[in-house]
Amino acid sequence: MNKHQAPIVLASLHTPVRHDSGPKHVAGSAEYIDDMIEPAGTMHAYLALSTRPHAEIVSIDFQTVESAPGVIGVLTADDIPGENDVSPSHKHDEPIFARGKVHFWGQPLFAVIAETRDQARRAAHLARVEYRDLPFVTTVRDAQAAGRKLVTEPLKLERGEVEAGLAAAPRRVKGSIEIGGQDHFYLEGQIAMAVPGEDEDVTVYSSTQHPSEVQLMVAQVLGIRHHAVTINVRRMGGGFGGKETQGNLFAAVAALAAKKWNRTCKIRPDRDDDMTATGKRHDFVVDYDVGYDDTGKIHAVDAVYGARAGFSSDLSGPVTDRALFHADNAYWYPAVRVRSEPLYTNTVSNTAFRGFGGPQGMLAAERWIEDIAYALGKDPLDIRKANFYGTDTDNITPYHQPVEDNIIHRVVEELETSSDYQARRRAILEYNAGSPILKKGIALTPVKFGISFTATWYNQAGALVHVYKDGSIHLSHGGTEMGQGLYIKVAQVVADAFGVGLDVVKIMATTTGKVPNTSATAASSGSDLNGMAAADAARQIKERLLKHAARVHGVSESEASWVQGGVQTQAGFIPFAELAASAYLNRVQLSAAGFYETPKIHWDRATGRGHPFYYFAYGAAASEVTIDTLTGEYTVDRVDILHDVGKSLNPAIDIGQIEGGFIQGMGWLTTEELWWDTKGQLRTKAPSTYKIPLASDTPPIFNVRLAEWSTNKEPTIGRSKAVGEPPLMLAMSVVEALSMAVASVADYKIAPGLNTPVTPERVLMGCERLKREARG
Amino acid sequence: MVEITTAIRFILNDEEITLTDLKPETTLLDWLRLERRLRGSKEGCAEGDCGACTVLVGRLMDDEIIYDSVTACIRFVGSLHGTHVVTIEHLRGKDGALHPVQQAMVDHHGSQCGFCTPGFVMSLYGLWMRDPQPGQRAIEKALQGNLCRCTGYAPIIRAGKAISTYGQPQGDPLWAERIALKNKITAITDGRRVEIGGQIIVPATLDDFAQVYEANPGATIVAGSTDVGLWVTKFMRSIGPVIFIGHLPELRRIEEHEGALRFYAGVSYSEALPLLTRHFPHMAELWNRIAGEQIRNMGTIGGNIANGSPIGDTPPPFIALGARLHLRCGEQRREIDLEDYFLAYGKQDRQPGEFVEAVTIPHLPVGDKFAVYKISKRREEDISALCGAFRVSLDEAGVVSAVRIAFGGMAATPKRAATVEAALIGQPWNLDTVDAAMALFAQDYQPISDMRASAEYRLLTAQNLLKRFYLETIGEAQRLKREVA
Repeated sequence: MNKHQAPIVLASLHTPVRHDSGPKHVAGSAEYIDDMIEPAGTMHAYLALSTRPHAEIVSIDFQTVESAPGVIGVLTADDIPGENDVSPSHKHDEPIFARGKVHFWGQPLFAVIAETRDQARRAAHLARVEYRDLPFVTTVRDAQAAGRKLVTEPLKLERGEVEAGLAAAPRRVKGSIEIGGQDHFYLEGQIAMAVPGEDEDVTVYSSTQHPSEVQLMVAQVLGIRHHAVTINVRRMGGGFGGKETQGNLFAAVAALAAKKWNRTCKIRPDRDDDMTATGKRHDFVVDYDVGYDDTGKIHAVDAVYGARAGFSSDLSGPVTDRALFHADNAYWYPAVRVRSEPLYTNTVSNTAFRGFGGPQGMLAAERWIEDIAYALGKDPLDIRKANFYGTDTDNITPYHQPVEDNIIHRVVEELETSSDYQARRRAILEYNAGSPILKKGIALTPVKFGISFTATWYNQAGALVHVYKDGSIHLSHGGTEMGQGLYIKVAQVVADAFGVGLDVVKIMATTTGKVPNTSATAASSGSDLNGMAAADAARQIKERLLKHAARVHGVSESEASWVQGGVQTQAGFIPFAELAASAYLNRVQLSAAGFYETPKIHWDRATGRGHPFYYFAYGAAASEVTIDTLTGEYTVDRVDILHDVGKSLNPAIDIGQIEGGFIQGMGWLTTEELWWDTKGQLRTKAPSTYKIPLASDTPPIFNVRLAEWSTNKEPTIGRSKAVGEPPLMLAMSVVEALSMAVASVADYKIAPGLNTPVTPERVLMGCERLKREARG
Repeated sequence: MVEITTAIRFILNDEEITLTDLKPETTLLDWLRLERRLRGSKEGCAEGDCGACTVLVGRLMDDEIIYDSVTACIRFVGSLHGTHVVTIEHLRGKDGALHPVQQAMVDHHGSQCGFCTPGFVMSLYGLWMRDPQPGQRAIEKALQGNLCRCTGYAPIIRAGKAISTYGQPQGDPLWAERIALKNKITAITDGRRVEIGGQIIVPATLDDFAQVYEANPGATIVAGSTDVGLWVTKFMRSIGPVIFIGHLPELRRIEEHEGALRFYAGVSYSEALPLLTRHFPHMAELWNRIAGEQIRNMGTIGGNIANGSPIGDTPPPFIALGARLHLRCGEQRREIDLEDYFLAYGKQDRQPGEFVEAVTIPHLPVGDKFAVYKISKRREEDISALCGAFRVSLDEAGVVSAVRIAFGGMAATPKRAATVEAALIGQPWNLDTVDAAMALFAQDYQPISDMRASAEYRLLTAQNLLKRFYLETIGEAQRLKREVA
């Protein structure tokens, strides 16, 4: 063994390391499922979709489909050996192929299997389907009017004396806000490729955030056990929640065909079909009744959160739950009652999307803050501050969990200063007074977001770390990479633990064969959970190696310690690679499975009480806009953000999440409009009609900073905080800034009450309404 | 009679390609990914809107190879005769080293999921070759046709600004090999017509095109394929036989006539920009908001008019300016007012075998006021909810002596506001006149509600645009403008 001193290996944790796949992304050599060279004989599947929003299927004539060029066969519900269902809520309400009835325009009816994708796609359009139309509802209001049929159990959160609070409040505001949904618009659409194996085995390459659930679904539809199904995912071309459950159906269809014909089968819908047939962010209508006083302090809140769930439960239960969990945003409600209504509608079943209902809950909170501000003639920021949770008192959430890590006061105060909010607001008021056509607005809004899956059992993770005898490390965990940088963060954790360079750690594709029973990479939890699990695996191996090093040097374990690059004892330094080789020869196990379960959390849905969140992440944004009061067009001119990620594992990745999350949230709230026609068909289903932000929509001044002083009070991985979802909600500041600009046309005396997305049309119509009302 | 050859020939990266068996519907993206197994270019939308499939296509123009970024998903392989196609796979050096554009993107954290990234790299590559040190606005413009859902674009813009610190275009292989590439392309474009199976026709010259089309009036004419491409990728239509005309230099001419500017039909939006905005500075904002860079490189002025769309962005301003349309059938030519070309939805004044050869735009007389407005949900790379163009002539007393107002998106065709115009003419150009005329838009237009806007919004905005136009003419209304450093 060498006796030299430990070499210096730069610690990788808390440093802005680049995304591990960056060089491959830019070269076009990062492999997505559609880029894999298909095995010989690969078949292609394509879905045929319903063209009615609600109807009985009278008959389907497959003759022209089956005789079309290249067609191998048609896959229908009758071809499913197991269960015709991929419901992630296990309510058995989501068939792969509709049987008897269709519940939305775009529901899969059957799949065509052909030699090429083009042949399958063309043939899928040839079936003659006869329908008997049924009445349908597509909007929240229609669903409420039609009897409020729910797809899953609603939730109620209640604390304090709501009726008394409302009755006693000096002032009262009742209103509602309509909040539009959002398509994920991941650039890589849904895709799966299934390779049949011997016996019952099947391997599926799936673009999914939730490999273990895809495994379950494939097993369920094939009627086989989980151990026969392996799901692999190296990377997704974007997920955002859209591949938490929505990949299930595609993987199941590919696997069904692969086993039926014993050939590999790939399925990839085109963009229109993807946007038509897969779920989106839930639209909400929130009806509220809020009592407050002359200082703007809220006394009581009573609100109902109606959500367009679509035709099945999917994740609408947990999504609407999370909306209620964020009905408070960062605000203390002395008395509160909030109720959810996950409504059945004849639209695609809505699903997870970054924020998972939280954004809609928080947007409603900001809406009544705004109502109060305009009613009192105050800056909405003053009302926000007046209602922030206290740090030790006035800090109980509607679900009875105390807020124990509140830093919103400091975050907002620092941003108010760094963005020069007050002076700019004054300047804008002055500008508006002298500008009859163009008007400006500015708003500063807070974010407080609860971290943990509210399904408590999801808060667990596994990892598998191998050290090979040359000292190279092979890292697997249950998390998936969709661009968010999870893989590099966990690799940083492991490299840091062993004191080796990142090049020593090979990041492996996620597979159910390595780490079983994983949770979805969702709820911002990826690095919290998998980072800890990988650290646990590393710890086990390190303990064994330390023991071995001590034995080699003939010292006690307490006299040996891990340093950068290896183990140091009084007798000298053993570099990591040498230690690994020596350990192998001495029959020391160099592999370990790590595990983590989030502590502290519990939740009782029946009583609406518990401690569902391990901690909260905070942030704030100040946005400035200009609108044209003749056309409703607008520009977002400047955005300043201060965001809390605890002690950042990787500041570059985290800044990327914040910038990207903000812009995605801004798209949701401004130009991304889902529009159904009177026949019940979604007509905004491709980038030509559905408008996500462009490079030129980013604010020309875009100052994004981390709250570098922040550290997680809880012992999370590296004391970091989750970053995936919370920044999306910073974009609420854009809505509020647009509101101020609109309010200027009536001298800020009337709350604009804009629904979202705030398209140019909504801005113009808002201006018109306020001008009308101001004239009386 | 021109000679005929039966092969489409072009250069793919550093390989010469000869194709004799080709369908007119085969897109460049499918061909790259399925036939050539070059899978760096991605399919994100198959309609030219997301840019994940962006490649560069080099073509000979005035004895130089001009490289345009294009969307491979809606570019047909049959249109590539005599070009140099450069894909993402061609960027890395022989030693595997990343290209300056690629390295800048990596170092600035410009990729997250990475799926859109090859397209961004190609768009930035095209920009860097003609503008090595671009400002923010130039970068944004070059990236208008590229969607990213992860990064929020900020790191990509930072990368774009930094590329020149990683390398200069003069060090790029495309620059170093340009003479050899030019010689290869010149050899391919040998003056012969290409015909494959009666389904693909690539005429040798403009006259050859006129003759071929007269003989095959049922053929589909494809110039930039920004519309016809979607017939194939979205509607799975068969389009053969196809006559590809995008390569014809005679159709890409821009002529400065006495008092007018003439664009031949194959001039792309990008090519038109410099001269158009020199003569019509008011058109610059609109022009830069039509589609994205790739589509502006592909799409043609002639195509935008010829397809008769009610939401095309060129007819309203051209009609307001009094444009004349030149139609040709074989050797027969005729000329009409552009507005008379649009007969009804899906119906134009174009006879079998006849094609749009050119459009002539008279210069704006000194003193005339003119403006064009595009209203869309998203400011850039969006189809207009409505597009309105206004032009007034005032006499010495400040009375309206002539007026032309034309809108797209308000009716089944691009259409003039005859009633509003009548109410303005002979009236003093003031707010009372404008207010009175505004109400009359409802007589000229009964717009529809669709996914882009409601009928109510369309009508109200059309009215307000007249007011905006008036206020701008007297210097009392600023335009909303994106202010970048």
